[in-house]
Amino acid sequence: MTQTLTRYERYEADFHALDTAGRPQWLQDLRQTAWTRFLDLGFPTARRGNEKWKYTNAAPIARMEFGHDGRSRPNGLSAETTDAAIPRHDAWSQLVFVDGVFAEALSSRPESTDEVRVSSLEEAVLSNSETVESHLARHTPFEDDGFAALNTAFLRDGAFVHVAAGADVETPIHLVFLSTGNAAPTVSYPRALIVAENGSRATVIESYAGLNGGRYFSNSVSEMVIGEGAEVEHYRLQEESEAAFHVGSARVVLGEGGAYSSGAFSRGAALGRYDLSVLLDGPGSACRLSGLYVTSGTQHLDNNINIEHAKPYTTSRLNYKGILDGRSRAVFGGTVLVRKEAQKTDASQSDKNLVLSPYAEVDSKPALFIYADDVKCGHGATAGNIDEETVFYMRSRGMDVDTASRLLIHGFASETVDTVREPNLRAYLESQFLDTLPGRRLEF
Amino acid sequence: MVEQQVISRETGIEDTQYRWGFELDIKSDVSPRGLNEDIVRLISAKKREPEWMLEWRLKAYRHWLKLDSQGPQWANVEFQPIDYQDMIYYAAPSSQSDGPKSLDEVDPEILEGFNKLGIPLEEQKKLTGVAVDAVLDSVSVATTYQEMLKKAGVIFCSMSEAVQNHPDLVRKYIGSVVPYSDNFYATLNSAVFSDGSFCYVPPGVRCPIELMTYFRINELDTGQFERTLIIADEGSYVSYLEGCTAPMRKSHQLHAAVVELVALDGAEIKYSTLQNWYPGDKDGRGGVYNFVTKRGKAQGRGSKISWTQVETGSAITWKYPSVILQGDDSVGEFYSVALVNNRQQADTGTKMVHIGKNTRSTIIAKGISAGRGNNTYRGQVKMMPTAGGARNFTQCDSLLIGDECGAHTIPYIEVRNPTAQLEHEATTSKVSDDQLFYLQQRGLSLEESNYMIINGFCRGIFKELPFEFAAEASQLMRVSLEGTVG
Amino acid sequence: MLLEIRDLHVSVGETDILKGLNLTVNPGEVHAIMGPNGSGKSTLANVIAGRPEFTVVRGEVSYQGRDLMALLPEERAREGVFMAFQYPAELAGVRTWQFLKASVDAVRKHRGMKELSIREFDRLLDEKRRMVRIDADMVKRSVNEGYSGGEKKRNEVLQMAMLDPTLAVLDETDSGLDIDALRIVADGVNSFRSPSKAIVMVTHYQRILGYVSPDRVHVLLDGRIVRSGGRELALELEEKGYDWVRAEAA
Repeated sequence: MTQTLTRYERYEADFHALDTAGRPQWLQDLRQTAWTRFLDLGFPTARRGNEKWKYTNAAPIARMEFGHDGRSRPNGLSAETTDAAIPRHDAWSQLVFVDGVFAEALSSRPESTDEVRVSSLEEAVLSNSETVESHLARHTPFEDDGFAALNTAFLRDGAFVHVAAGADVETPIHLVFLSTGNAAPTVSYPRALIVAENGSRATVIESYAGLNGGRYFSNSVSEMVIGEGAEVEHYRLQEESEAAFHVGSARVVLGEGGAYSSGAFSRGAALGRYDLSVLLDGPGSACRLSGLYVTSGTQHLDNNINIEHAKPYTTSRLNYKGILDGRSRAVFGGTVLVRKEAQKTDASQSDKNLVLSPYAEVDSKPALFIYADDVKCGHGATAGNIDEETVFYMRSRGMDVDTASRLLIHGFASETVDTVREPNLRAYLESQFLDTLPGRRLEF
Repeated sequence: MVEQQVISRETGIEDTQYRWGFELDIKSDVSPRGLNEDIVRLISAKKREPEWMLEWRLKAYRHWLKLDSQGPQWANVEFQPIDYQDMIYYAAPSSQSDGPKSLDEVDPEILEGFNKLGIPLEEQKKLTGVAVDAVLDSVSVATTYQEMLKKAGVIFCSMSEAVQNHPDLVRKYIGSVVPYSDNFYATLNSAVFSDGSFCYVPPGVRCPIELMTYFRINELDTGQFERTLIIADEGSYVSYLEGCTAPMRKSHQLHAAVVELVALDGAEIKYSTLQNWYPGDKDGRGGVYNFVTKRGKAQGRGSKISWTQVETGSAITWKYPSVILQGDDSVGEFYSVALVNNRQQADTGTKMVHIGKNTRSTIIAKGISAGRGNNTYRGQVKMMPTAGGARNFTQCDSLLIGDECGAHTIPYIEVRNPTAQLEHEATTSKVSDDQLFYLQQRGLSLEESNYMIINGFCRGIFKELPFEFAAEASQLMRVSLEGTVG
Repeated sequence: MLLEIRDLHVSVGETDILKGLNLTVNPGEVHAIMGPNGSGKSTLANVIAGRPEFTVVRGEVSYQGRDLMALLPEERAREGVFMAFQYPAELAGVRTWQFLKASVDAVRKHRGMKELSIREFDRLLDEKRRMVRIDADMVKRSVNEGYSGGEKKRNEVLQMAMLDPTLAVLDETDSGLDIDALRIVADGVNSFRSPSKAIVMVTHYQRILGYVSPDRVHVLLDGRIVRSGGRELALELEEKGYDWVRAEAA
């Protein structure tokens, strides 16, 4: 136990050192509550009965001492350095955060209008935004999640997107969270709040990447509030550098008839975890969640997706795919919970894995918890390598094994990339993601 | 003949759907309440066990003391903590305290009791084609068809007898599939197991009849801890059935059994269970806690182990009949129907651990939830790095009746071999109004219609059961679902 | 009189569907109820069979002189009211054979007839299924599961033949059938005709009427029968369309 205390000493010192002068009381209280909760919870352990962390060991994160400097200002970074790490397109609005702090110079944000406001959270808090106060940290419960509690304790800056009722924002909003990853291990706490009011529509892209090869820890939380009949397309690219630790969560709440679609692409970090929770809290609301994770070397990537059907006539579609190579390990944990009130729910959940190496491991746990009787729910999971029959068929048409397997792996992944509606992002994924897939020679 | 084999015939208990709830009026030899080393020694002494057996029990008991006294917490079930010191660990009919006897010496009250359960033991009435080992509380009271089995070379007797008469076999295999340290309940069982069945089928022998153990809890506040060990030697085959009931009691009874199966090269074991322990009343009072560890080791090349279970009873079911697919080309199967009604809870499924090359497993699980019951399928499929070319197919279907119940599916898929392939599918549905109306329009009552649809839902599993058991299973479903429609 | 419907008003939830329908069917007669989509044809068939979602707001339906609405769906079936469904339900795992045996047993028991032995039942089933050209294999499969549209409709006619009702209500039994299947279904219906039995065919098109000749044709519009006539009315409808009746009725 004493060991645990020493481990959090550094966090404790940084927590108290965080400059929060001039911040409203509600935020101070929130941070304090979150900090107390973090001390109680600590980092998750794979102790018996902790089903959420059954296959991922967070000890490497807990063991390391990460420093946090909330005052750091991104100096000496040019657009050229940052652009190499992330997708970008001139047409997009872009907010860049370096080690969790807003970097105005690197950003190209639109003018705030009646329709949409894109700003840093810090600005929004300081301007006493009511929207921020009523939504920030109200949707991500940290009672049972140590990482979310820690992020909230260090809540200072982040991205804030507010789409007014009925507004249709065509320009994708790109939120970029970069970690410098210098010699001393540091932690940053990226945070985003996206509020799409009734009947509005917007596309949000989140990118996570590292600029240097050092070990760092990125602990992010995004909250999305989708109003009645509103529609949000959300893409998330996790391309942290290979020594990094990344634990991110997103919590999405939908009102009546709201729609949320997401595409989560992960291939970075030594240890990466993404927790996506969608609460279908309005009748007729729907979500469509796609994901692609690609692992190699000794990487460990974990996607944990929770969908809660709380109201009737709600729909969810979950399609995740994994490609595993080397000595890597991928984990998929999916939960679909259908509440008693959520009659006429239609839910499907699928996780498919291509295991390309004899040393890789995939652990998949797509669970269903159903308390309503008039529902249509199904799930499926597969794991295996490329179908030998298919390769044989392709060879009989004159292809060599390499070409055949490359084509099949590419095809497997492109099904997910094809779901991306934003054309510039899709083009990026096609050139950056699909073309770097392992093209393993299989032995037949 | 079929008529006679139906276990669920009227027993004269009124106002209840559980027709097996009567109590036998017999004198019992009962150990003092509570658990300590003396109790473990007492049980061992009652059984006149050799020293090694006692040592093994004590090792288990000492290990058990080190475990969290609440038992495993991960299952999706809720119950008040069990007071292990307020339970009786050994009860045997006084007349049976010397172990199984010849049939003429068995207490007529006991014989009549088993008659009522539809399991006649007397020579002239006994079931055709099924050899029965009847276990009452902690002991085996009789085993039928001894002569016929002996002729075939098959050993089928109570565990107590096996420890006496076949110590080498028991010593070699007991704990070889479920080690005493396996889990909380299995460890407890290893310390205090009272009786159970033992079966050995010699090489090349196809067991000429079905073997059956019928378990009956009778004594109040008594835990039942039987232990079953089945060994199928090279190229042999055996089909084994298990049935169980208990009287209606207001308090809960604990049943923590262990079953170990070993199949050597080319051998096949088919293990079927009709679990009909007392489920408690509609408000969840009473009922059996069925916390059971069942595991088979498909040890030999090309061996096969198949579990079929129909679980309609018990207040809480916690069991995962599993197969360790060790031999190359070995096969594991799990076919299950689990039904919960009223306040019943079930957390049941299987584990398929693929170690050998080209091993195959199939899992078909059907869950039915009614009343305020909660039904969880929990199944693990593990492909080890050595399991090249292994295959698994899993299908889980849930059916909900009413909106107060729950149906949950939790698969754990762990793949560490790129040439292994695995597929998991699950669906959840309800009996639709359209289906019910369709059947009613053809002249069937609402209850009958509902029953026919549910029976159809379970058909794939029932067909895996031996014929007599299939009829019985379908009967059990009907009784368990009474009052869920309308 | 076999069936008499007077001033029938039926609603589903808040919506009124039948608004004062009258119909009289005598033994030996074949009636065709025609009408455009949404006119209430299927509702009529379902109300006769007793589908629970429909509420009878007003009016009377008597069958063989008894109040039909007072009976449960299964009691109506046992009393000889049969409905061939437009969209028959699929029953996973329930074999057609098993389903038919249970139905025939229930109906015969109610009528005070002795239960058929398996051999007698099989003989009857063989005879009837040949008539609608259903192979022996099909009755071993799950009811309607994986059946083609035509197979489902033939299976409905097979059930009618097996249950031997007095009043058969066929709900769009001709829809979605190719010409061969339509002929098979029509033959099945024709062989069912007898002086003691009656048939009510609910249909959108007059196509099947070329094979099963009706005694009376009724046009259903907005929940009421607006016009009745003989076989010629169907032909007139075919030629002039429903708008013609609508105009006339207005």
